[in-house]
Formats: sequence, structure tokens, C-alpha cells
Amino acid sequence: MSTTDTRTLRVYRFKRGDGAEHFDEFEVPVGPRMSILDALRWIQLHRDPSLALRHSCLHASCGTCGVQVDGREELACVSAVRDHGETITVEPLANLPILTDLVVDVGEFFARFPEHPIIRASEADGYVRLEDCIECGLCLSACPVAATSRHYVGPAALVAAQRLLEEPRGADREDVLAWADRPEAAWGCHLGFECARACPAEAIPAERIMALRRELAR
Amino acid sequence: MRHDAHVLIVGGGGTGAALAHDLSLRGLGVTLVERGELTSGTTGRHHGLLHSGGRYAVNDRESAVECIEENRILRRICPGTFELNDGLFVAVEEEDLEYVDAFVDGCEACGIPAQRLTRDEALRLEPNLNPAIKLAVRVPDGTIDAMRLPLRFFATARRNGAVIRPYTEVRDLLVHDGLVSGAVLLDHVTGKEGEVRADIVVNATGPWSERVAAMAGVDVPIRPSPGVLLALRGRMCNMVLNRLHKSGDGDIIVPQRGLSVVGTSSWVVEDPDDLTVPEDHVERMYAEGSKLVPAVRSADRRAAWSAARPLIGSKGADTGRELSRTFKTFDHKETDGVEGFVTITGGKATTLRGMAELCADVICRKLDIDEPCRTRETVLLPHSAYYAAAAA
Repeated sequence: MSTTDTRTLRVYRFKRGDGAEHFDEFEVPVGPRMSILDALRWIQLHRDPSLALRHSCLHASCGTCGVQVDGREELACVSAVRDHGETITVEPLANLPILTDLVVDVGEFFARFPEHPIIRASEADGYVRLEDCIECGLCLSACPVAATSRHYVGPAALVAAQRLLEEPRGADREDVLAWADRPEAAWGCHLGFECARACPAEAIPAERIMALRRELAR
Repeated sequence: MRHDAHVLIVGGGGTGAALAHDLSLRGLGVTLVERGELTSGTTGRHHGLLHSGGRYAVNDRESAVECIEENRILRRICPGTFELNDGLFVAVEEEDLEYVDAFVDGCEACGIPAQRLTRDEALRLEPNLNPAIKLAVRVPDGTIDAMRLPLRFFATARRNGAVIRPYTEVRDLLVHDGLVSGAVLLDHVTGKEGEVRADIVVNATGPWSERVAAMAGVDVPIRPSPGVLLALRGRMCNMVLNRLHKSGDGDIIVPQRGLSVVGTSSWVVEDPDDLTVPEDHVERMYAEGSKLVPAVRSADRRAAWSAARPLIGSKGADTGRELSRTFKTFDHKETDGVEGFVTITGGKATTLRGMAELCADVICRKLDIDEPCRTRETVLLPHSAYYAAAAA
């Protein structure tokens, strides 16, 4: 292990009222287990405290630190620097408005969801388990349909609808079906399966979208 | 009723969230600032244990009673944010058996339901447990969604009028003649500086408390005490699994969704921003965790990270284990002669609401406001309501 090994991070920057979006480049010393999030926080601590980013749990459980690394959706906390090249480009998630730097407007993400239940845990198998979907937005960012249609609700919202049908927890089944039975909802998916590739949890968006369609076709 | 008083809370972790909620319900004006995303400090990184109080039932009954009381309240006001599958305290080795009676007696004394299970009963509940275990005690532990629990407090506070400002850093406090009257803020969304005035500024920055207190020229005895946590792929248990002995390294496994989190170690640092993840601590999590569940040894590592506890104690501490897990509100008028400045720190995620209640009582007394706490009965909005309000 050499602590003098460095990589260049090209980081997307934007401040409101400042106008111009651009990339800043930072040389970052790299340790053997360093994640993209570690590298970004090193930049905050040692180079530029104004760099804004989202993170919370540091172990792929909260879903806040999603970014595009070299054009692919990743949770920064579990994306290893060593899996990338000498220059690593980090950008905010796509298909959501950018608030500042690497921070997207999560309100726009939740605005696409069906009714959001107050109970977000499953009791299906005799024990309680928090929902697998961590609402990170990676699937929406990766979705080719969402890239061309602003009105498509996207994979995570469809997963939420399918879960409501599976375990309603107070939701009205007919309301959920009506919400899903629209061209911009369950019928908008073009089977690109990019969501299945991007999902860092075990929510399996593509399979659940297909299950939702089967419910609608019954 | 609404009051004219305005409180500025510095720190967007669980403590700040619960305090913003409590003060908003009492009708006070609240602004909360956090330099990064909400829960990006210690709060979001904790192991996710909803304490029954069992961990403290032998050595720290005050904390144990706080935990079981708050555990019951949180189940009521935050339905759906927990995995409520109880926990087992497991005697793995002969010597652990010496601890059983003291543990069960301690739980009974603190009002924590504790049920003795034979080895076979425990293995039926959790088949991945080490088959060599001696016995287990079942208590009402659970798993917390570490970010979404505080978000529900933030969502409800916001609905009740609180202004929540993430990505807003305190550059300095406004201090004149022994009075704190507000703060200089840097907004990282716009890059612009500004000021906000307040009748009281609350320092709720956890392990960063010492740094913020220094802006008011006062010292708070906080020792940032990090611990290493290890998230493994695969859910190896549904109940929280604890070693039945005095708290030590790697003695707990908390299931979270499709992960199993093994924790933790404990040491003391100066700078809570610059935390390392010592590889020998990670190795210890594997070694100790596999005594509870042998499959830990060969499980895939999803992530290993460090979180700094904000423990109250003197500079002499070196491991953090000897420091208290309780919380404390410092009214700096009483401790340092500085008016308008309060620090709330220590504690743990399970007791966030109770900490906030006591701190809000201090704040209301200082402002001569007579309003009761209403947070024990108020069911919180879903976490997504926080973002829905932000988008509106």
C-alpha cells in the first residue's frame, strides 16, 4: 500500500445565483479501502468546504449519497475509488433538478410517488423488516424513459405502488391500481432494465414493474 | 398559542430534529441549520439499535429506564420506522452465565420485560446463532431506520412552522457583552453569507459541540469517541443479537433490511471530522461477531465505517468505554456566565425525544414561556413529508 497514490476527481459544481455550472479538479491521496464518498469528504475537509453533497449512513442503507461516477449511478459510500481510473468524474444524479453541486432536489423524486404510507416496514413473513427500497433515486437516474419523458414516474415510484398492492398497510387497492394504470406510470416502462442494474438494494425494480403490470392485466 | 420567541438550533442530527419538533409544538419560532445534509454527522451512522435498555440494565440503571420509557413512546409516535423483532442477549461462553442473574434482575428493576430462553428455544428463533450457546434472554430491542426516524421529526416540525436549513454552516456566533444573539451563516446552496438573530442559540452538534461552543468563548467537556461498524451482506438474524456480558467490542449484531451490522469499538479522538476506520477494528468485528453468529466470518463486507459518539467526560478518557452514555443540557448562563446559549449533548438515538423534552423545558424556563411538552402523544408525519414540504 502506498499512501502517495493519488487520483484526480473531476467534480460537478453549481451554486445558485452564481450561474455557471462547471467542473473542479482535485488531486486526492488514495488509501486501499477509500470510497468515492471518502474522497469527496476529503476534498470538503482539506480543499474546499463549500462542496455540497448528501450522505448519512455510510453503509448503503439510507440511500442519500447517490451520484453518477464516470456516468454510472452509484452510492458513493460503497463505490471504491480503486475500481475507477486515474481521473474520476463525479456528477449529480440525472432526471432530477440540481439544487447545488452534487445535491439533487429529492422533493421532485417523492412527488412522483403514489400515496406514501406511514408504515414503511413489512410484516409479511412473521417478522418486521424495513422496506428494501432505500429511495436513493439511482433507478430514476439510470432510466432511459425518464431521460426523455418528464412525466414518467420512474421505477422507484412503481416499486412503491407494487409494494402497496402486495402489503397495503392502509392504502386503497383501487386507488393504487388507478394510479398505476396510466401511460406515464406502469405502461411507460420500455423494458430497458437499467433500473435493475443500478439498484444498490434488493428492491429489484424491473421485476416489480412487471408484477405490477400483471396485476393491472388481471 | 404562538410565541414571539425565536430559537436557532445548530445541528441537524436526531437531537436537533427532536428539539425543533418539541419547540414548534410549544409554539416557539424555530430555525435549524445544518452544514451538510440532515443526519450527516453521527445520527445517520449509528448501528440502528432501538434500545430496550437491556445493555444498561446492570451498570447504568438510569440510562436503562430512560431507554425502555422512550422505546415505548417511539413505538407509539413513529409506527413503521422500526423493525420490531425484539432482541436476544446470548450467553455464548460458560463465563457469560455468571452475568445472567444480574442481567435479568436489572431488567426487572428497570421495568424491561425479560424472558429467559433455553438454548434450543433461542436457536429455533434464530437458527444462525452459534450452536454452542448456553441460553438467551429476550428483551424488546429493535432496529431503527437511522435517517428516517429523525426525518419524521423534521417533517412534523416543518409542518408546524419550523424553518429547516440544511447546507447552511455557522461561521460564527454573534456575541456581545456576554450575550449570544444569533449567528453568521454561510449558505452552501447560494454561496452567500448572512445573519440570523435568535433569543436563544442551541448547540446540538454532538461531537462537534466543543467547536461551536468555542465560538461563544465557552468550553463543553465533550469527548468525540468513535466506534467502527461493519455492515455485512445478507440478513443473518431478524432479532438484535447481543452478547450477554459487560459491554465490549463487537458484541452486537443489528439486522437492517438486507444487511447485518456488527458493532462496535471505542476510542477517543480530537477531530470528529477526521475519522479513520482502523482495519484491525474491522477484523475484531469479524472475530467477535462470529462468536455470536459463525456465518459472520465468511460474509461479504458491504461497508465499514466510523461514527463519533458525543460522550460527556474529561480530557483524561482514552477508550470512551468509561464515559457516561447519558445526556446533559448546559445552560451557559449558569456554567459560564454567557446568556442566550445552551448546549444539549450526549445521549443516544433511542432517547432523542426525551433529551429534547428536557432541553425544551430549560429553554422555555429561560424565556419565561409556560407551555407543556406535547411530543409524547403526537404521531409524527412520514419521512417523505419532509421533502414534500420542501418541494411545495
